[in-house]
Amino acid sequence: MPVTPVVEMRGITKVFPLVVANDQVDLEVYPGEILGLLGENGAGKSVLMSILYGLLQPTSGEIRIDGKAVEFDSAHDAIAQGIGMVHQHFMLVPPLTVVENIVLGAEPQRSGGRLDMETAARQVAELSQKHGLEVDLQAKVEDIPVGMAQRVEILKAIYRRARVLVLDEPTAVLTPQEVEGLYSIMRSLADAGVPVIFITHKLHELIGVCDRITVMRRGKVIGSVDTADATPPLLAEMMVGREVILQIDKSPAEPTDTVLTVDSLTIDAADRDLTLLDGISFEVKAGEIVGVAGIAGNGQDELLDALSGLRSPTSGTISLRGTDITATDRRQRIRSGISMIPQDRQREGLILSFTIADNIVLGEHRTTRFSSRLKRKFEAISAYARKLMEAFDVRANDETVLVSNLSGGNQQKVVVAREMSRDTKLLIAAQPTRGVDVGAIEFIHRNIVDMRDQGAAVLLVSTELDEVMQLSDRILVLFRGRIIGEVAGADASLETVGLWMAGHREVAT
Amino acid sequence: MELLGAILSTATIAAMIRSATPLTLAAMGGIFSERGGVINIALEGIMLTGAFTAVLFSTIGASIGLPAGASAMLGVAAAVIFGLAIALIHAYFSITLRVNQLVSGVAINMLAFGITGLLLQLIFNVTGNSPAAPDMKPMPIPFLADIPVLGPILFQHQPIVYVMFLAVPFSAFLIKSTPYGLRLRAAGDKPAAIDTVGVDVHRIRYIGVGLSGVFAGLAGAYLSLGQLNFFSEGMTSGRGFIALAAVIFGNWRPWQAFGAALLFGFSDAVQIALQNAGMSVPSDFLLMAPYVVTLIALAGFIKKAVPPAAIGQPYPAEEPI
Amino acid sequence: MSEIHGSSINNLNGDVSESRLPPGIVHIGRSLVALAFAFAVGAVVMLIIGRNPIEAYSALITSSVGDKFSFGETLENTTPLIFTGLTLTMGFQARLFNLGAEGQLLMGALTAAYVGVSFSAPAPIHVAVALLAGAIVGGLWSGIAGILLAFRGVHEVISTIMLNFVAFFFINYMVTGPMKEVTELDIPQTARIAKSAMLPRIFLPSRLSAGFIVALFTAVAVWWLVMKTPLGYELRAVGRNPDAARQAGIRPRRITVLVMVLSGSIAGLGGAVIMTGLFQRYQQGLNPGFGFTAIAVALLGRNTIPGVILAAFLFGVLAQGARGMQTIADVPTDTILMIQALVIFFVSTPHLLSLFRRRKAAVAAEAEV
Repeated sequence: MPVTPVVEMRGITKVFPLVVANDQVDLEVYPGEILGLLGENGAGKSVLMSILYGLLQPTSGEIRIDGKAVEFDSAHDAIAQGIGMVHQHFMLVPPLTVVENIVLGAEPQRSGGRLDMETAARQVAELSQKHGLEVDLQAKVEDIPVGMAQRVEILKAIYRRARVLVLDEPTAVLTPQEVEGLYSIMRSLADAGVPVIFITHKLHELIGVCDRITVMRRGKVIGSVDTADATPPLLAEMMVGREVILQIDKSPAEPTDTVLTVDSLTIDAADRDLTLLDGISFEVKAGEIVGVAGIAGNGQDELLDALSGLRSPTSGTISLRGTDITATDRRQRIRSGISMIPQDRQREGLILSFTIADNIVLGEHRTTRFSSRLKRKFEAISAYARKLMEAFDVRANDETVLVSNLSGGNQQKVVVAREMSRDTKLLIAAQPTRGVDVGAIEFIHRNIVDMRDQGAAVLLVSTELDEVMQLSDRILVLFRGRIIGEVAGADASLETVGLWMAGHREVAT
Repeated sequence: MELLGAILSTATIAAMIRSATPLTLAAMGGIFSERGGVINIALEGIMLTGAFTAVLFSTIGASIGLPAGASAMLGVAAAVIFGLAIALIHAYFSITLRVNQLVSGVAINMLAFGITGLLLQLIFNVTGNSPAAPDMKPMPIPFLADIPVLGPILFQHQPIVYVMFLAVPFSAFLIKSTPYGLRLRAAGDKPAAIDTVGVDVHRIRYIGVGLSGVFAGLAGAYLSLGQLNFFSEGMTSGRGFIALAAVIFGNWRPWQAFGAALLFGFSDAVQIALQNAGMSVPSDFLLMAPYVVTLIALAGFIKKAVPPAAIGQPYPAEEPI
Repeated sequence: MSEIHGSSINNLNGDVSESRLPPGIVHIGRSLVALAFAFAVGAVVMLIIGRNPIEAYSALITSSVGDKFSFGETLENTTPLIFTGLTLTMGFQARLFNLGAEGQLLMGALTAAYVGVSFSAPAPIHVAVALLAGAIVGGLWSGIAGILLAFRGVHEVISTIMLNFVAFFFINYMVTGPMKEVTELDIPQTARIAKSAMLPRIFLPSRLSAGFIVALFTAVAVWWLVMKTPLGYELRAVGRNPDAARQAGIRPRRITVLVMVLSGSIAGLGGAVIMTGLFQRYQQGLNPGFGFTAIAVALLGRNTIPGVILAAFLFGVLAQGARGMQTIADVPTDTILMIQALVIFFVSTPHLLSLFRRRKAAVAAEAEV
């Protein structure tokens, strides 16, 4: 007799004005299992889960819980039917305590409509013990570490008697230890009768944790496989539709002069007693690409801010071609030839309500080429923008189009075009291909290599290990604010670097 | 020395309570609105509306033959209802229509000023001051009122003052100890957090803004029927903004805002005492004191005032498709 | 950095214009629709109170632009609104909400009165110094809010409101104390400024002064600054995305302070203009509300410079025509205030027309069921 799935989604289609985000998607979760939902950014995973959680309504299709059809008009309905969700960005209220956050919206009450926080604390403590979800009940959420915040989110769902738990990219913010802890929590939940849907775009994570893996691509389900039958190449092919490891064609590096020297760079947190970057030293030479690998949150943000001049280090020095530039600010560093592709283009790289032309000259807008003191040189700006749009294949009618109207890939190309067309001595590329399509990835990678071949020093900071492996001539691995290992790009193996990223190494030096 | 005696007399302290009453009430209202994430610079206009409708309905009460006390009560009830109505306009524009909350607040203030002036002229056929209406009479509390010193300071006031005394613990209780309060705080700090657990953010915010209308309307009634017995054009003269200052100075917490209102009320009472003593010059500086103190507090030189994180932001942040 | 721009303005006009000048048809259309709504509601109110809206509105027009004198007076009313409207618009371009235009204007006016009374100089120099001093003081006053925002994270709306009141009481103190004219009548006002500090009247018999020309020049200057100069580019960049601006080497704190100072100096100049051109002495209780009307002006003008000038003129017409409306059609002047408030509501409501369409559609859908 077949087992009835706890949750079944049948023929889910969601059409937005310009895109079909989900196209006839089928998905089922069985009791006791951990289901991996794999797909690239934009494959439709999040939309599908938003539909399951009642935040979006499907254009067509059906959701069944325990075999019974249900309809969700809001998250409220979905919660009532036992759907629990831990969002990628935590939905917690920072100034409230852990208990308050957990019971919010379903608060136990005493007579007279008063909150009953004692009961709440007792109930939460029970749940927390039962599932090994260790939290500090009375701490304010703003004071707790990320890993605990995630456990709070899980407790929030279980407190609402979730019968299935959806975890959206849960590992992105965790340290390896916390990831291991999370996996055992997931297993314990599944065994206790709460199946888990584990959403990720990192295929390596799924094997070993999940029982079954469903892969999505371009809004469709490509297929489901049992983990026992799954191998990374197979999953990768399902995910991107072709052999994934596109080996970029590049000649060996010919490094010359040292461009960037970082010496004993240390950054302490401003508000906590915590060292975020712990005395790291390295060099980048002209004509080489140095990749910095690591799981997000291991000091990359601080390193990038320090190098771009947005944050002064607690100690240590940064030199450019032998000149100490530690004390200079962002403006001076742009002038001295440091270009920067920031990790979040929409937040740091672009002004969305400006035109392409105005974005192309951002940072150089005061140079004599584009402006006099009292008037900007609009013709020069337009001509330059058109030239770069052509060279970098930015697809838009003309340079007066607002950047907000461009696709993600084209937006990123605007940033890349701007930063790569300067007289650049050092290019810092942070997550240069995040959230862009495969074609744009290849294009951007090609340009980074060309940049190197023209004699620029390139520092690539990326949490995508594949990207670091493909592009780098040397690889540094950041772990907890330290460089835990260094290896030549040609000698690096996925396994070694992966282990270093997870902290599995006697700390070097 | 004599001057100091006059300033710190029982009468001045009682005057402080009276000056602090409308400020406290409006501040409690401001807290409900702002803790939920809706900036309320419309307090001024809501108070003005309350002040006018109180006089209007008190007059109506008298004209249909109600006794003076009942007429005044009718006026107060009307002030609360109209205060609520005006606040709901603010709520509709800033929550539902997602109009900038500051812009909506400014427009409400202008509207209240215009409409009260217009109606004053149309109904009472005067400009400036309305005719006298039945006002609120002091209601000394038996026994307590006779306690020396404390009696005159605390227990010989109009009923609205006693309401104010109750409003502070009530507000603190509602915000701190009830599910609604918890949700309100969440709505002001991270509305998405309660939306994703299935609580209607708009509903929570509407109630908060509505409460601000109730309290500010009552504050207005106190100005016209409590302190005086007539309406005068623009009679709030910035008290709504002082109440807002008390909210901020009180770090968006009821007891602290009450403390701020008392402080501001004190500076007002001293100013009046000084003026009565024939010293007019420093009064301007005492009058500006609440604003200066609030600026200093905001700048973090006393203690940093931290507004709710999502204040001023419509929800959801992006316009729905 | 995001902290200091935690105060940045959301959903103003739905969008703060990407002002391509002249403003797009859409903007004009939206403003006209909002105006039509406001006047329609005004007409309904008049009908309810038993007045004739047609009579009222025609009285409004004839008594504001019907003859040379009224037209000049209307332009005189328009002048300070151009200044304060520009003040708001300048701030909006950097997503700063300068609610302190009123206080900045009055501080400028007081300063000009001080210069006009206390110094003597040949005519063009004296008046120029008075205007300049007014602009400087207005800028400094507003700069306090800029510094509090940039370095202490104080929301500029709150600080400018507070500064308004501080200004009112400070001015009251000055006018009743140190700067009071010594006469037997004991009137709380300053002495009349020197002839050399007065702006010439340019459209007799009305009181329109050369300040109107100054206003137009200022408008052109602000337009140039915002749209053409690299500084204007930077302030728009900071307003739209302070993080990206910082990444591009722009210093948001500096820009924030600079924008507040510049916008306040425009209001201060406006105050100096009405002092040297119209009032000629500071009387206690001067509280014309130009700073608050300016919000309506800036919103209706969609934060574009030509839009601000047109909107300022419209509100100049309302201010001037209100008295005519009262005497001829017996409609109280406060009606104008109400219409002004309605303009603000309607012009800032996104999709005003579609709102009604949507409701109609909903009603229709219900009817079908």
